[in-house]
Amino acid sequence: MRPVTGVRPGLISGLTWLLVCQLAGELVVRLLGLPVPGAVLGMVILLALLCWRRPPETASVLRAADALLRHLQLFFVPAGVGLITFLALLREEAVPLLVATLVSWFVALALVGGLVTLLGRGEPAR
Amino acid sequence: MSADRIVETWDWVQSSPAFGLLLTLIGYRIGRELQQRVARPWLKAVTQPVLVAMVVVGAVLLVFDIDYADYLVGASLIVFLLGPATVALAVPLYRQVHHLRRLAVPILVALPLAAAVSITLGLLLVRWLGGSEELALSMAPKAATTPVAIALAEQIGGIGPLAAALAVTIGVFGAVAGPGVLTLLRIRDRRARGLAIGAVSHGIGTARALADHPVEGAFAGLSMGLTALAISVLVPLLLLVL
Repeated sequence: MRPVTGVRPGLISGLTWLLVCQLAGELVVRLLGLPVPGAVLGMVILLALLCWRRPPETASVLRAADALLRHLQLFFVPAGVGLITFLALLREEAVPLLVATLVSWFVALALVGGLVTLLGRGEPAR
Repeated sequence: MSADRIVETWDWVQSSPAFGLLLTLIGYRIGRELQQRVARPWLKAVTQPVLVAMVVVGAVLLVFDIDYADYLVGASLIVFLLGPATVALAVPLYRQVHHLRRLAVPILVALPLAAAVSITLGLLLVRWLGGSEELALSMAPKAATTPVAIALAEQIGGIGPLAAALAVTIGVFGAVAGPGVLTLLRIRDRRARGLAIGAVSHGIGTARALADHPVEGAFAGLSMGLTALAISVLVPLLLLVL
Protein backbone atom coordinates (compact mmCIF):
# COMPACT_ATOMS: atom_id res chain seq x y z
CA MET A 1 0.00 0.00 0.00
CA ARG A 2 1.11 3.55 -0.74
CA PRO A 3 1.87 5.79 2.20
CA VAL A 4 -0.80 8.42 2.77
CA THR A 5 0.50 11.84 1.77
CA GLY A 6 -1.04 15.32 1.65
CA VAL A 7 -1.72 15.11 -2.09
CA ARG A 8 -3.94 12.28 -3.32
CA PRO A 9 -1.68 9.79 -5.08
CA GLY A 10 -1.97 10.13 -8.84
CA LEU A 11 -3.13 13.73 -8.89
CA ILE A 12 0.27 15.09 -9.91
CA SER A 13 0.82 12.46 -12.58
CA GLY A 14 -2.67 13.21 -13.90
CA LEU A 15 -1.83 16.91 -14.06
CA THR A 16 1.37 16.00 -15.91
CA TRP A 17 -0.68 14.25 -18.61
CA LEU A 18 -2.94 17.29 -18.98
CA LEU A 19 0.08 19.57 -19.36
CA VAL A 20 1.69 17.22 -21.89
CA CYS A 21 -1.46 17.37 -24.03
CA GLN A 22 -1.66 21.16 -23.66
CA LEU A 23 1.97 21.64 -24.68
CA ALA A 24 1.56 19.27 -27.64
CA GLY A 25 -1.49 21.32 -28.70
CA GLU A 26 0.37 24.63 -28.32
CA LEU A 27 3.30 23.31 -30.38
CA VAL A 28 1.12 22.03 -33.24
CA VAL A 29 -0.92 25.27 -33.31
CA ARG A 30 2.25 27.34 -33.55
CA LEU A 31 4.03 25.13 -36.06
CA LEU A 32 1.02 24.93 -38.41
CA GLY A 33 -0.32 28.44 -37.73
CA LEU A 34 -3.80 27.11 -36.79
CA PRO A 35 -6.47 29.63 -35.69
CA VAL A 36 -7.47 27.79 -32.45
CA PRO A 37 -5.96 28.05 -28.95
CA GLY A 38 -3.40 25.36 -28.13
CA ALA A 39 -5.40 24.16 -25.12
CA VAL A 40 -8.45 23.45 -27.33
CA LEU A 41 -6.30 21.31 -29.63
CA GLY A 42 -4.85 19.75 -26.45
CA MET A 43 -8.42 18.76 -25.53
CA VAL A 44 -8.78 17.00 -28.91
CA ILE A 45 -5.42 15.24 -28.41
CA LEU A 46 -6.44 14.01 -24.95
CA LEU A 47 -9.83 12.83 -26.28
CA ALA A 48 -8.05 10.83 -29.01
CA LEU A 49 -5.67 9.32 -26.43
CA LEU A 50 -8.57 8.37 -24.14
CA CYS A 51 -10.54 6.75 -26.97
CA TRP A 52 -7.44 4.82 -27.97
CA ARG A 53 -6.23 3.63 -24.55
CA ARG A 54 -9.63 3.42 -22.77
CA PRO A 55 -8.26 3.94 -19.24
CA PRO A 56 -10.30 2.78 -16.21
CA GLU A 57 -12.22 5.36 -14.13
CA THR A 58 -9.48 5.17 -11.48
CA ALA A 59 -6.80 6.45 -13.91
CA SER A 60 -4.86 9.45 -12.63
CA VAL A 61 -5.64 11.64 -15.66
CA LEU A 62 -9.39 11.17 -15.19
CA ARG A 63 -9.22 12.03 -11.51
CA ALA A 64 -7.02 15.09 -12.07
CA ALA A 65 -9.40 16.30 -14.80
CA ASP A 66 -12.44 15.88 -12.55
CA ALA A 67 -10.65 17.73 -9.72
CA LEU A 68 -9.83 20.70 -12.00
CA LEU A 69 -13.26 20.82 -13.63
CA ARG A 70 -15.02 20.93 -10.26
CA HIS A 71 -13.56 24.45 -9.94
CA LEU A 72 -13.64 25.53 -13.60
CA GLN A 73 -15.38 28.81 -12.69
CA LEU A 74 -12.45 29.83 -10.47
CA PHE A 75 -10.08 30.03 -13.42
CA PHE A 76 -12.21 32.69 -15.15
CA VAL A 77 -12.28 35.09 -12.21
CA PRO A 78 -9.13 37.11 -13.10
CA ALA A 79 -10.30 37.70 -16.71
CA GLY A 80 -13.71 38.73 -15.37
CA VAL A 81 -12.16 41.22 -12.97
CA GLY A 82 -10.51 42.80 -16.05
CA LEU A 83 -13.95 44.24 -16.82
CA ILE A 84 -13.31 47.02 -14.29
CA THR A 85 -10.70 48.51 -16.62
CA PHE A 86 -13.48 49.15 -19.17
CA LEU A 87 -16.18 50.56 -16.88
CA ALA A 88 -16.08 54.05 -18.47
CA LEU A 89 -16.38 52.72 -22.03
CA LEU A 90 -19.10 50.26 -21.05
CA ARG A 91 -21.15 53.09 -19.57
CA GLU A 92 -20.64 55.32 -22.62
CA GLU A 93 -21.85 52.74 -25.12
CA ALA A 94 -24.27 50.89 -22.86
CA VAL A 95 -27.23 50.72 -25.27
CA PRO A 96 -25.54 49.30 -28.42
CA LEU A 97 -23.48 47.06 -26.18
CA LEU A 98 -26.35 45.56 -24.22
CA VAL A 99 -28.75 45.16 -27.14
CA ALA A 100 -26.16 43.64 -29.51
CA THR A 101 -24.86 41.29 -26.82
CA LEU A 102 -28.22 40.07 -25.59
CA VAL A 103 -29.94 39.71 -28.97
CA SER A 104 -27.07 37.85 -30.66
CA TRP A 105 -26.65 35.67 -27.56
CA PHE A 106 -30.34 34.75 -27.45
CA VAL A 107 -30.73 34.06 -31.18
CA ALA A 108 -27.66 31.81 -31.31
CA LEU A 109 -28.70 29.96 -28.13
CA ALA A 110 -32.22 29.28 -29.45
CA LEU A 111 -30.84 28.33 -32.88
CA VAL A 112 -28.45 25.66 -31.55
CA GLY A 113 -30.92 24.32 -28.98
CA GLY A 114 -33.75 24.18 -31.50
CA LEU A 115 -31.78 22.78 -34.45
CA VAL A 116 -30.07 20.03 -32.45
CA THR A 117 -33.39 19.00 -30.87
CA LEU A 118 -35.05 18.98 -34.29
CA LEU A 119 -32.30 17.21 -36.24
CA GLY A 120 -31.46 14.77 -33.45
CA ARG A 121 -35.09 13.76 -32.96
CA GLY A 122 -35.89 10.08 -32.57
CA GLU A 123 -32.81 9.57 -30.44
CA PRO A 124 -33.22 8.84 -26.75
CA ALA A 125 -33.01 12.21 -25.02
CA ARG A 126 -31.39 11.64 -21.67
CA MET B 1 6.54 51.32 13.45
CA SER B 2 6.74 54.46 11.32
CA ALA B 3 4.18 55.63 8.78
CA ASP B 4 6.76 55.09 6.03
CA ARG B 5 7.06 51.48 6.95
CA ILE B 6 3.30 50.97 6.80
CA VAL B 7 3.14 52.55 3.33
CA GLU B 8 6.09 50.44 2.20
CA THR B 9 4.49 47.27 3.51
CA TRP B 10 1.17 48.10 1.84
CA ASP B 11 2.95 48.65 -1.49
CA TRP B 12 4.61 45.30 -1.10
CA VAL B 13 1.34 43.56 -0.25
CA GLN B 14 -0.41 44.93 -3.37
CA SER B 15 2.17 43.60 -5.80
CA SER B 16 3.03 40.36 -4.01
CA PRO B 17 1.85 37.19 -5.78
CA ALA B 18 0.17 35.98 -2.59
CA PHE B 19 -2.21 38.96 -2.62
CA GLY B 20 -3.86 38.45 -6.02
CA LEU B 21 -3.95 34.70 -5.51
CA LEU B 22 -5.48 34.88 -2.05
CA LEU B 23 -7.99 37.58 -2.99
CA THR B 24 -9.22 35.47 -5.92
CA LEU B 25 -9.53 32.33 -3.77
CA ILE B 26 -11.39 34.22 -1.04
CA GLY B 27 -13.78 35.78 -3.56
CA TYR B 28 -14.46 32.36 -5.09
CA ARG B 29 -14.95 30.81 -1.66
CA ILE B 30 -17.48 33.50 -0.73
CA GLY B 31 -19.29 32.76 -4.01
CA ARG B 32 -19.48 29.02 -3.30
CA GLU B 33 -20.71 29.55 0.25
CA LEU B 34 -23.29 32.08 -0.88
CA GLN B 35 -24.61 29.80 -3.60
CA GLN B 36 -24.99 26.94 -1.14
CA ARG B 37 -26.85 29.10 1.35
CA VAL B 38 -29.48 30.65 -0.90
CA ALA B 39 -32.58 28.52 -1.43
CA ARG B 40 -34.53 29.97 -4.35
CA PRO B 41 -33.57 28.59 -7.79
CA TRP B 42 -33.20 32.04 -9.39
CA LEU B 43 -30.90 33.17 -6.57
CA LYS B 44 -28.83 30.02 -7.00
CA ALA B 45 -28.53 30.88 -10.71
CA VAL B 46 -27.47 34.48 -10.02
CA THR B 47 -24.92 33.62 -7.32
CA GLN B 48 -22.58 31.84 -9.74
CA PRO B 49 -19.25 31.68 -7.88
CA VAL B 50 -17.44 33.30 -10.83
CA LEU B 51 -19.80 36.30 -10.75
CA VAL B 52 -19.69 36.74 -6.96
CA ALA B 53 -15.89 36.46 -7.01
CA MET B 54 -15.65 39.07 -9.80
CA VAL B 55 -17.76 41.49 -7.79
CA VAL B 56 -15.83 40.90 -4.53
CA VAL B 57 -12.38 41.16 -6.15
CA GLY B 58 -13.41 44.09 -8.37
CA ALA B 59 -14.80 45.98 -5.37
CA VAL B 60 -11.62 45.43 -3.34
CA LEU B 61 -9.45 46.67 -6.24
CA LEU B 62 -11.63 49.76 -6.76
CA VAL B 63 -12.00 50.65 -3.08
CA PHE B 64 -8.29 50.30 -2.29
CA ASP B 65 -7.28 51.77 -5.67
CA ILE B 66 -5.15 48.76 -6.60
CA ASP B 67 -3.94 48.40 -10.20
CA TYR B 68 -5.41 45.50 -12.19
CA ALA B 69 -1.84 44.77 -13.35
CA ASP B 70 -0.68 44.44 -9.72
CA TYR B 71 -3.56 42.09 -8.99
CA LEU B 72 -2.61 39.96 -12.00
CA VAL B 73 0.86 39.27 -10.56
CA GLY B 74 -0.74 36.71 -8.26
CA ALA B 75 -3.92 36.01 -10.19
CA SER B 76 -1.98 34.89 -13.28
CA LEU B 77 -1.21 31.67 -11.41
CA ILE B 78 -4.94 30.96 -11.55
CA VAL B 79 -5.21 32.10 -15.17
CA PHE B 80 -2.50 29.57 -16.02
CA LEU B 81 -4.67 26.67 -14.77
CA LEU B 82 -7.25 27.54 -17.42
CA GLY B 83 -5.00 25.72 -19.93
CA PRO B 84 -4.95 22.27 -18.28
CA ALA B 85 -8.62 22.74 -17.28
CA THR B 86 -9.54 23.25 -20.95
CA VAL B 87 -7.62 20.08 -21.85
CA ALA B 88 -9.48 18.32 -19.02
CA LEU B 89 -12.80 18.96 -20.82
CA ALA B 90 -11.85 15.94 -22.96
CA VAL B 91 -12.72 13.70 -19.99
CA PRO B 92 -16.49 14.41 -19.67
CA LEU B 93 -16.62 14.31 -23.47
CA TYR B 94 -14.90 10.90 -23.51
CA ARG B 95 -17.60 9.59 -21.15
CA GLN B 96 -20.28 10.74 -23.64
CA VAL B 97 -18.48 9.73 -26.79
CA HIS B 98 -21.16 7.12 -27.64
CA HIS B 99 -23.66 10.00 -28.12
CA LEU B 100 -21.29 11.83 -30.39
CA ARG B 101 -21.44 9.74 -33.56
CA ARG B 102 -25.22 9.96 -33.84
CA LEU B 103 -25.25 13.71 -33.30
CA ALA B 104 -22.40 14.55 -35.68
CA VAL B 105 -24.63 15.97 -38.45
CA PRO B 106 -26.84 18.20 -36.24
CA ILE B 107 -23.72 19.50 -34.51
CA LEU B 108 -21.89 20.27 -37.74
CA VAL B 109 -24.94 22.13 -39.10
CA ALA B 110 -26.00 24.04 -35.99
CA LEU B 111 -22.69 25.30 -34.59
CA PRO B 112 -21.25 27.03 -37.72
CA LEU B 113 -24.68 28.52 -38.44
CA ALA B 114 -24.97 29.88 -34.90
CA ALA B 115 -21.42 31.25 -35.05
CA ALA B 116 -22.21 33.11 -38.29
CA VAL B 117 -25.46 34.51 -36.85
CA SER B 118 -23.77 35.60 -33.63
CA ILE B 119 -20.92 37.40 -35.45
CA THR B 120 -23.22 39.13 -37.96
CA LEU B 121 -25.92 40.18 -35.50
CA GLY B 122 -23.42 41.42 -32.89
CA LEU B 123 -21.55 43.55 -35.41
CA LEU B 124 -24.56 44.97 -37.28
CA LEU B 125 -26.59 45.77 -34.15
CA VAL B 126 -23.73 47.81 -32.67
CA ARG B 127 -23.46 49.77 -35.95
CA TRP B 128 -27.21 50.36 -36.28
CA LEU B 129 -27.50 51.55 -32.69
CA GLY B 130 -24.73 54.09 -33.18
CA GLY B 131 -21.93 52.32 -31.33
CA SER B 132 -18.30 52.91 -32.25
CA GLU B 133 -16.58 50.80 -34.91
CA GLU B 134 -14.07 49.55 -32.29
CA LEU B 135 -16.95 48.20 -30.23
CA ALA B 136 -18.54 46.60 -33.30
CA LEU B 137 -15.30 44.86 -34.28
CA SER B 138 -14.58 43.78 -30.69
CA MET B 139 -18.15 42.44 -30.48
CA ALA B 140 -17.87 40.17 -33.54
CA PRO B 141 -15.85 37.30 -32.00
CA LYS B 142 -17.33 37.50 -28.47
CA ALA B 143 -18.91 34.03 -28.46
CA ALA B 144 -15.46 32.43 -28.85
CA THR B 145 -13.46 31.47 -25.78
CA THR B 146 -11.47 34.43 -24.38
CA PRO B 147 -7.99 33.86 -25.95
CA VAL B 148 -9.55 33.34 -29.40
CA ALA B 149 -11.76 36.43 -29.05
CA ILE B 150 -8.71 38.56 -28.16
CA ALA B 151 -6.62 37.34 -31.09
CA LEU B 152 -9.46 37.70 -33.62
CA ALA B 153 -10.52 41.18 -32.47
CA GLU B 154 -6.96 42.44 -32.81
CA GLN B 155 -6.62 40.84 -36.22
CA ILE B 156 -9.66 42.72 -37.59
CA GLY B 157 -9.01 46.10 -35.92
CA GLY B 158 -10.94 45.77 -32.65
CA ILE B 159 -9.54 46.14 -29.13
CA GLY B 160 -8.20 42.85 -27.69
CA PRO B 161 -8.82 43.49 -23.97
CA LEU B 162 -12.31 44.86 -24.76
CA ALA B 163 -13.09 41.68 -26.72
CA ALA B 164 -11.93 39.70 -23.66
CA ALA B 165 -14.22 41.75 -21.41
CA LEU B 166 -17.18 41.17 -23.77
CA ALA B 167 -16.44 37.45 -23.96
CA VAL B 168 -16.36 37.25 -20.16
CA THR B 169 -19.62 39.23 -19.90
CA ILE B 170 -21.44 36.95 -22.32
CA GLY B 171 -19.97 33.92 -20.54
CA VAL B 172 -21.15 35.03 -17.11
CA PHE B 173 -24.53 36.00 -18.51
CA GLY B 174 -24.87 32.54 -20.04
CA ALA B 175 -23.85 30.89 -16.77
CA VAL B 176 -26.54 32.84 -14.93
CA ALA B 177 -29.40 32.81 -17.46
CA GLY B 178 -28.60 30.15 -20.09
CA PRO B 179 -30.20 27.07 -18.48
CA GLY B 180 -33.29 29.06 -17.43
CA VAL B 181 -33.82 30.51 -20.92
CA LEU B 182 -33.43 27.04 -22.49
CA THR B 183 -36.07 25.69 -20.11
CA LEU B 184 -38.41 28.56 -21.09
CA LEU B 185 -37.82 27.61 -24.74
CA ARG B 186 -38.77 24.02 -23.81
CA ILE B 187 -35.43 22.62 -24.89
CA ARG B 188 -35.06 19.63 -22.59
CA ASP B 189 -32.60 17.34 -24.41
CA ARG B 190 -29.45 17.48 -22.25
CA ARG B 191 -27.20 17.25 -25.30
CA ALA B 192 -28.96 20.11 -27.11
CA ARG B 193 -28.87 22.25 -23.94
CA GLY B 194 -25.15 21.70 -23.45
CA LEU B 195 -24.35 22.40 -27.10
CA ALA B 196 -26.39 25.63 -27.00
CA ILE B 197 -24.73 26.94 -23.83
CA GLY B 198 -21.19 26.14 -25.05
CA ALA B 199 -21.92 27.82 -28.40
CA VAL B 200 -22.91 31.18 -26.89
CA SER B 201 -21.13 31.30 -23.52
CA HIS B 202 -17.92 29.25 -24.08
CA GLY B 203 -15.96 28.09 -20.99
CA ILE B 204 -17.86 30.04 -18.34
CA GLY B 205 -21.18 28.69 -19.58
CA THR B 206 -19.57 25.24 -19.72
CA ALA B 207 -18.58 25.52 -16.06
CA ARG B 208 -22.23 26.09 -15.12
CA ALA B 209 -23.45 23.30 -17.43
CA LEU B 210 -20.93 20.92 -15.86
CA ALA B 211 -22.19 21.78 -12.40
CA ASP B 212 -25.80 21.15 -13.52
CA HIS B 213 -25.43 17.83 -15.33
CA PRO B 214 -22.49 15.74 -16.69
CA VAL B 215 -24.04 15.31 -20.15
CA GLU B 216 -24.77 19.04 -20.49
CA GLY B 217 -21.22 19.83 -19.39
CA ALA B 218 -19.63 17.38 -21.81
CA PHE B 219 -21.54 18.76 -24.79
CA ALA B 220 -20.96 22.36 -23.72
CA GLY B 221 -17.20 21.69 -23.68
CA LEU B 222 -17.35 20.14 -27.14
CA SER B 223 -19.48 23.01 -28.41
CA MET B 224 -17.05 25.58 -26.97
CA GLY B 225 -14.13 23.99 -28.85
CA LEU B 226 -15.95 23.68 -32.18
CA THR B 227 -17.42 27.18 -31.88
CA ALA B 228 -13.95 28.65 -31.28
CA LEU B 229 -12.85 26.96 -34.49
CA ALA B 230 -15.93 28.07 -36.47
CA ILE B 231 -15.63 31.68 -35.29
CA SER B 232 -11.91 31.79 -36.12
CA VAL B 233 -12.67 30.74 -39.68
CA LEU B 234 -15.85 32.81 -40.13
CA VAL B 235 -14.83 36.19 -38.66
CA PRO B 236 -12.26 37.07 -41.37
CA LEU B 237 -14.60 35.73 -44.10
CA LEU B 238 -17.72 37.60 -42.90
CA LEU B 239 -15.72 40.82 -42.44
CA LEU B 240 -15.19 40.83 -46.22
CA VAL B 241 -18.93 41.31 -46.79
CA LEU B 242 -20.07 43.15 -43.63
